[in-house]
Amino acid sequence: MADETTTEELGPVTTLATPIRLDFEFTPGIALSRFLRGLERGKFVGQRCPKCGKVYVPSRGSCPTDGVPTTEEVELGNAGTVTTYCVVNVPFAGQSIEIPYICAQVLLDGANLSFMGLIQEIPTDEIRMGMRVEAVWVDPEELTPTLASVKYFRPNGEPDADYETYKEYL
Amino acid sequence: MPESEALHASHVLEYPYSRSVGPVIGAFLTGLRDGKLTGVRGSGGSVIVPPTEYDPTTGDDTGEMVDVGPGGVVESWAWVSDPLPKHPLAKPFAWALIRLDGADTAMLHVVDAGGPDKIATGDRVTVRFRPAAERIGAMADIESFVPEVGAS
Repeated sequence: MADETTTEELGPVTTLATPIRLDFEFTPGIALSRFLRGLERGKFVGQRCPKCGKVYVPSRGSCPTDGVPTTEEVELGNAGTVTTYCVVNVPFAGQSIEIPYICAQVLLDGANLSFMGLIQEIPTDEIRMGMRVEAVWVDPEELTPTLASVKYFRPNGEPDADYETYKEYL
Repeated sequence: MPESEALHASHVLEYPYSRSVGPVIGAFLTGLRDGKLTGVRGSGGSVIVPPTEYDPTTGDDTGEMVDVGPGGVVESWAWVSDPLPKHPLAKPFAWALIRLDGADTAMLHVVDAGGPDKIATGDRVTVRFRPAAERIGAMADIESFVPEVGAS
C-alpha cells in the first residue's frame, strides 16, 4: 500500500514541533526612548540622579536609590571597563553569533550602571575583569534606535582598570 | 520630551520547542501522516481517540492501535466567525468535538461547515486530509472535517 511505503521511507513520527509565539507591542517609556534615540545617533545617553549624582545608562527615568525622577541628560563616551564576563560555548537554537563568544558587563566611563555587551576582536581566553574596551558602532546609515546599533565592544589598548574603580558594580 | 516622542515597536518572543511524542501518540501522528485515523483500545475495551498511553478510566496501559473514522458525529461545536491568524482555517469555521466511527471518545477538531446554520449536534462529518506531500505527522495534517455528503 502506498501509505505503508510512506512510513517505511520516513520512519515513525517521534517528535512534534510546538513553537510558542508571543506578539507584543512594546513601549519602552520616555527615559528609555531617550537612550534608544541616542543609539540612533551613535551616542550613549544616560540620566543623572539630582540627589546622589549617579548616572544611569540606560535610564529608567528614576533613581532606584533615591526614588526621584532623573531629568538631567548625560552623554557618555565610547570607552568603558569590563566588570564581569561570560564565555559562551554552548550552542542553542536561534543563536546568531558563532561560538565561542564573550558576553560582558561593561561600565562606561562616567556611568554608575553597567550593561551587557558583546566583546569581539580578542581571543576568548584573553578576556579579563578590568579590561578597557570601546564601543564599535554600525555604519552611520545602519544606526537604529536599538542596541543593534552597537556592533560590539573591543579592547581599546589602555592598561586594565584598577579593581577599586569598578568593585562597586559587580 | 512629549509623550508622543516615546518609541513604540512590535516585539516577538518565540521559542522553537519540539517535544517527543512517545510510542502511542507517535503511532497516531504517523497514521495522520499516512492519511489514516487511529485510536487505541483501553483496558475496558473502549477505543480512545486521540490515543493515550493509559486508559483514562482505569489507569492501566492501553493496548493495540485501532483504525477509526473516516466519518464521525459532531457531539458539540462552537462557531468562530472571526478567525485569528493562528487558527487552522482563514475563513469562519466550527471547533467541534467529533466522535469518530469506531471510537468511544470525541476528538477536538475543525468543521468547515460553511456557516453556523449548516452545523448541528448529531451531524455526520468526514475527514478531509491535506495532500500527502504536505503531511508532516501533526494534527494539522487534517485540514478540517466536512459535512458528510448526503447525510440528513
